[in-house]
Amino acid sequence: MVSIELKNISKSFGPVTANKDINIFAKGGEILGLLGENGAGKTTLMNVLSGLYRPDSGTISINNEEKTFDSPRDAISAGIGMVHQHFMLVPIFSVTENVILGNEETGFANFLKLSESERKVKEISEKYSLFVDPKEKIERLPVGSQQRVEIIKVLFRSAEVLIFDEPTAVLTPQEVAELFNIMNSLKATGKAIIFITHKLHEVLEVCDRISILRAGEIVGEADPKVASNKELANMMVGRPVNLSLERRSSKPGKILLDVKNLSVLSEKLDLAVSDISFDVKEGEIVGVAGVQGNGQTELVEALTGLRSSLSGKISYFGQMVPNMNPRKIHQIGVRHIPEDRQKSGIIGNFSVGENLILNNYYAAPYSKHLKMDWDVVSIESQKIIKNFDIRTPSNDTLAQNLSGGNQQKLVVGREMSSHVDFLIASQPTRGIDVGSIEYIHEQLIKSRNAGNGILLVSTELEEILALSDRIIVLFRGRIIKEFESNPAPEQIGLAMAGHSI
Amino acid sequence: MMDYLKKKFVSEHLDVKEILLVPIFATFFALTIGCLFLLATGEGLKNIFIAYSSLFIGSLGSLNALSETFTAATPLIFAALGIALAFRAGLFNIGAEGQMIIGGMAAVIVGFSIDFLPVWLHLPLALSVGALFGAMYASIAGWLKASTGAHEVISTIMLNLIAIRLLDYMLRSPIIQKEGRNDPISKSVLNTSELPQLLSFIDPQLRLHAGFLVMLGTVLLIYWLLFHTTIGYEFRSTGANPNAAKYAGIKATFTIVLVMFIAGALAGLAGANQITGVLGRASPGFSASIGFDAIAVALLGRSHPIGVLFAGLLFGALIAGGRLMQVKAGVSVDLITIIQALIIVFIAAPLLVRRAVPWIFKEDIKKDK
Repeated sequence: MVSIELKNISKSFGPVTANKDINIFAKGGEILGLLGENGAGKTTLMNVLSGLYRPDSGTISINNEEKTFDSPRDAISAGIGMVHQHFMLVPIFSVTENVILGNEETGFANFLKLSESERKVKEISEKYSLFVDPKEKIERLPVGSQQRVEIIKVLFRSAEVLIFDEPTAVLTPQEVAELFNIMNSLKATGKAIIFITHKLHEVLEVCDRISILRAGEIVGEADPKVASNKELANMMVGRPVNLSLERRSSKPGKILLDVKNLSVLSEKLDLAVSDISFDVKEGEIVGVAGVQGNGQTELVEALTGLRSSLSGKISYFGQMVPNMNPRKIHQIGVRHIPEDRQKSGIIGNFSVGENLILNNYYAAPYSKHLKMDWDVVSIESQKIIKNFDIRTPSNDTLAQNLSGGNQQKLVVGREMSSHVDFLIASQPTRGIDVGSIEYIHEQLIKSRNAGNGILLVSTELEEILALSDRIIVLFRGRIIKEFESNPAPEQIGLAMAGHSI
Repeated sequence: MMDYLKKKFVSEHLDVKEILLVPIFATFFALTIGCLFLLATGEGLKNIFIAYSSLFIGSLGSLNALSETFTAATPLIFAALGIALAFRAGLFNIGAEGQMIIGGMAAVIVGFSIDFLPVWLHLPLALSVGALFGAMYASIAGWLKASTGAHEVISTIMLNLIAIRLLDYMLRSPIIQKEGRNDPISKSVLNTSELPQLLSFIDPQLRLHAGFLVMLGTVLLIYWLLFHTTIGYEFRSTGANPNAAKYAGIKATFTIVLVMFIAGALAGLAGANQITGVLGRASPGFSASIGFDAIAVALLGRSHPIGVLFAGLLFGALIAGGRLMQVKAGVSVDLITIIQALIIVFIAAPLLVRRAVPWIFKEDIKKDK
């Protein structure tokens, strides 16, 4: 059976050490979990393993034979296969065409031997219970099946070591369960699997051994049979983490946001949100759950004046807002944490201070009669930096030079530092480290306890469950289910997949 | 394309290495390669030495040379400021040439037709009417973009063509054409609308005029506008991240029209400056492609007002020195165009410069990796 060993791998980029003296080992028939926060060096390590980077020092051996990879091609021929977080598939190609891309078998006059390849794909998919029709076009497949195609692609190139890079990020809970079954059946046939993630319960569920990566170093190993969520989190972050949130029971007051029969069109003029009604009251967090792309983006854009709605009514604080636009919505006391901080939350080559005034640069005290007062901006932004624990060398540092977590804290700090009446938080903790997630969750709860209303839109089921007082589940633009109190995760999972029982 | 250009040519904060060192080395390399061109065309080494030394003497070597350098740089910097400003807001204003022509025409008409005003009223009037007409002309492109989405590159190029032909047409109309002339040339502006020469007390031949001072003030004004007003903040955020600007409640349509208005005013001022400071009248081609050269100046200056100032002075020096070079060494002025183009190539590929002189840019190269 195959075995792979990384010995004393180090890799640095200029002064930044991404990997330091890393030793990991995996053999056929087991799943190694590689747990670490964003920026811990997981991706660098995997890029070393898949031949994209050459390590500064250290060795990789497969079956006790030392290997050097000059390119990803070398790694593939050594039997290492990468299942990427972002799928590398051509949407208009069939499953088989995607699988053979780059390894096409051709016959007379370079014609593709498509039917032969189809047969091979079918064989693989049956052997490992990766059910998917070899002739189907990728664009018609759900995300979970697309991932299976990625796995088939790797197996087609006869990989013995499979690396899964954050594979669950885009899946529904049901699809995650299926993926874990697949991983187990791969394990049973003697493949070695390295599973990279930052989700604690996943490694506990599926792995045989766990290595924890922090700041570029392996800081410990854990046995999933005995380790607990809390222990793992502490090792990952390097200090005790408080995972369970303290919540006072909610005392909902008067209605802050009232949405009636709202319909919104998407960019492509599809009905992205269709005829939905809900409200959010004082002192409660309403969670909007759902798999990405089920109308959440359009809903939030309509609520914040970034997109006009097709029909329906939106009222804040008991009043309709005529000619809704982002500035007006901000002025009446609604704050918005946008879903994609890179796209619209921050301006990368503006300084931290310039970013902190994005919504109110035009008003006192930051400007007077068109003239900016950078001294006041500097004083005020230093306050926000301190209050919201934004780790930055100074408020003149460019926002693009901050880590993802600190960029997000910048956005959260900006939105929550001025007077808040209502907060729309869209994916407030996407792609950031556990420490920052903990901090942002605390801020949201604090704001709720102070009597503010919060609409929390998230594709992370755990986040929805941990924070919400009520939950609505969006599926294809409709509210498919509402939960008044905390339901079992499976129930929400089913609703997210479109079952409305 | 805009993203690429922005990455290469917009410097958000004044970085000495970015704004000064790279251009200096780029110029050095461009001159070196220009030397190869001269060799290839059969010039002897001695003549090449004469050519380059007169390039230097003609631009910096005497008071007259400096006066010529500054005179040539002034309209370039005016127009380049407008292009840089639009660039900051995410707009590629190719129309400086046309805006300059329209502004210059307006200034010429004010300059010869009003004969009852004192200089302290007539001159500012001529300049500001020039700026206003340039601004209104550029606003057409801004308005088209804001209301219909028409791409500003296309519309400003077309407006350039219209302006060039309009100039030819108007120069033949009896109100504008100089009496007793058959060729298209305008009446001369009156003394009261001329920018005063600055150094005539030393030598009346020195052409440097007060437009240079107006230009320096404008550089500071645009710097202040860009970095110390809410309008500048809106321009910069719209250019740097339109999505974030929208999220912040900045109205893209208003920003587009406003930035084109100001950009056009600056180009119009460049035209008025040429009319009232150098030429005294309008003729076909009086704009002398300054509006196009200014695009290179804006890019070279990383769309930063101070960077534009230095880039404009460099281009001014090349123009002034080029004239002497042509006289002394008999080398065609086209070489200057080649050198200008090479400088831009080196600026567009800063890695070339950094790799060539790695010891200067040591830390930066590490960072890039």
